[in-house]
Amino acid sequence: MAIDRKARIRDVKSWGDYYALAIDAPAVGREARPGQFVMVKVADNSFPLLRRPLSIHDAGEWGIELFFKVAGLGTGILAGKKPGDALDILGPLGKGYALGEGVRGRRACLVGGGRGIAPLYFLGRELQARQAVVTVLYGGRSESDIPLRKKFEAAGLGLRCSTDDGSCGFAGLATDLLRGEIDRAAPDALYVCGPDAMMKAVAELSRARGIPGQFSLEALMGCGIGACWGCVHRIRNESGDGWVKICEDGPVFPGEKIVWTE
Amino acid sequence: MTDLTIDLGFLKLRNPVLTASGTFGYGLEFEPYLDLGKLGGFVVKGLYFHPREGNPPPRLVETPSGLINAIGLQGIGVEAFAGKILPKLRALDTAVLVNICGGDDDEYIAVTEFLDRQEGIAAYELNISCPNVKKEGLCPALFPESTFNLVRRVKAVSLRPIIVKLSPNVTNITEIARAAEEAGADALALVNTFLAMAVDIETRRPRLGNTFGGLSGPAIRPLAVRMVYQVASRVGIPVIGMGGIMTGADALEFLIAGAAAVEVGTANFADPDAAVRIVREIEAWCETHGVARVRDLVGTVKT
Repeated sequence: MAIDRKARIRDVKSWGDYYALAIDAPAVGREARPGQFVMVKVADNSFPLLRRPLSIHDAGEWGIELFFKVAGLGTGILAGKKPGDALDILGPLGKGYALGEGVRGRRACLVGGGRGIAPLYFLGRELQARQAVVTVLYGGRSESDIPLRKKFEAAGLGLRCSTDDGSCGFAGLATDLLRGEIDRAAPDALYVCGPDAMMKAVAELSRARGIPGQFSLEALMGCGIGACWGCVHRIRNESGDGWVKICEDGPVFPGEKIVWTE
Repeated sequence: MTDLTIDLGFLKLRNPVLTASGTFGYGLEFEPYLDLGKLGGFVVKGLYFHPREGNPPPRLVETPSGLINAIGLQGIGVEAFAGKILPKLRALDTAVLVNICGGDDDEYIAVTEFLDRQEGIAAYELNISCPNVKKEGLCPALFPESTFNLVRRVKAVSLRPIIVKLSPNVTNITEIARAAEEAGADALALVNTFLAMAVDIETRRPRLGNTFGGLSGPAIRPLAVRMVYQVASRVGIPVIGMGGIMTGADALEFLIAGAAAVEVGTANFADPDAAVRIVREIEAWCETHGVARVRDLVGTVKT
């Protein structure tokens, strides 16, 4: 982990409220693992005061790519960045998806919703490189919520889409799509990131069908490095359960450890 | 070369910059980002006797140039601190201060007595002012009597100097400050966070799980500077100032207003290396302004 104060934006893409920033940040890119995140400074003038946690969408020797949806002040400012602009990045942070050595030939099913698709591209490529059989289920409200469809298709990541309104792919929830996928292809493991309601439903399915799942949790973070204890989620442990820091012990947790609340 | 050292009477500091309790974890979290030996010292996260659960999320909400937190002092308790953290802190070349908490007076005493048996602690910061652990932000620092009684009891057992951390959520902070001084406090630290609230207008619910939280960050700095000035001019013990310090200039403002040292808090979240940057900025300012000893600036505000 490092602070790269001279990261430079190489490319900006946008689709409505969704943005992808490619950033030259070799030190961060080289260390990054799928499911990890970075804390991005959005303003120099203390408004907003805090960095924004964004998951790493892709990474390489050159740097990282971030993918996000404009949701407020911070992401709004980031959306206004142009190629050539400098960015102050802290990371990579947190514990990502556990990949293990034994994924070769195994069926990996990645389930993402909305902006939660972000880490699954990096993860999908990594699993692919380790010769797992990858399927990606990508859900959104309508076609405009799945802007990365072509990118996943081009990468040969076995993409299947779902939209609530049927404007693209399967008409229904990503969870319904997953149910069919389990019947059809019997995946060995699930890797999930998306809205809480979606992840909760996938977690129930994961338990009911006995397929292990890893879930990436999201929270407003104060520091991203485990110092403020602001980003906690209820996690099971040896002595019951307790508030655990998402930034340090996560953001990815095994499904059986996560206590889902309303 | 500017002389940055500060003498609090009971403790000599390499420079006037400490980091504030609750914003710096147990210190070790920051090792990848800064040299802890370059700090004047740091104050570790508040410790209760036993591990503490903390408040339900959401625990943070950002406001203009500010942050409201309602962590609720989640923490590992004194045994885990002494066993797992303190041995590593002892190896550092910097002053380690420990923030002491208690659900009641007896717990403050128990934490103090436990820590008295541990080596490697320079002083205690007595946290009588956390707004997030009882209803309506209630804490001993809200009243002169409860401040006096608690400080006197802890002073009577403590083998180490006591810095009493005051709450800004009072009508007359000098009254509380003098109660702490009369009870034997070796120094005062102010201010803790301002009791605050934010509401989500769509759900019409409080934006914090605990309803109320404590506001910190640049938004509170002028309020904190005013209180430090008021207290420093009316007590005879050192005052450690804090509240929204983001830069060397902000720190200098507190020193000139009367603080003998400062604590950097919320800035550590935005920049994990903020505290050492602030030390550098203070030094650079002193050099360009011909200030030979930073301690000569303390309390030099002209009014």
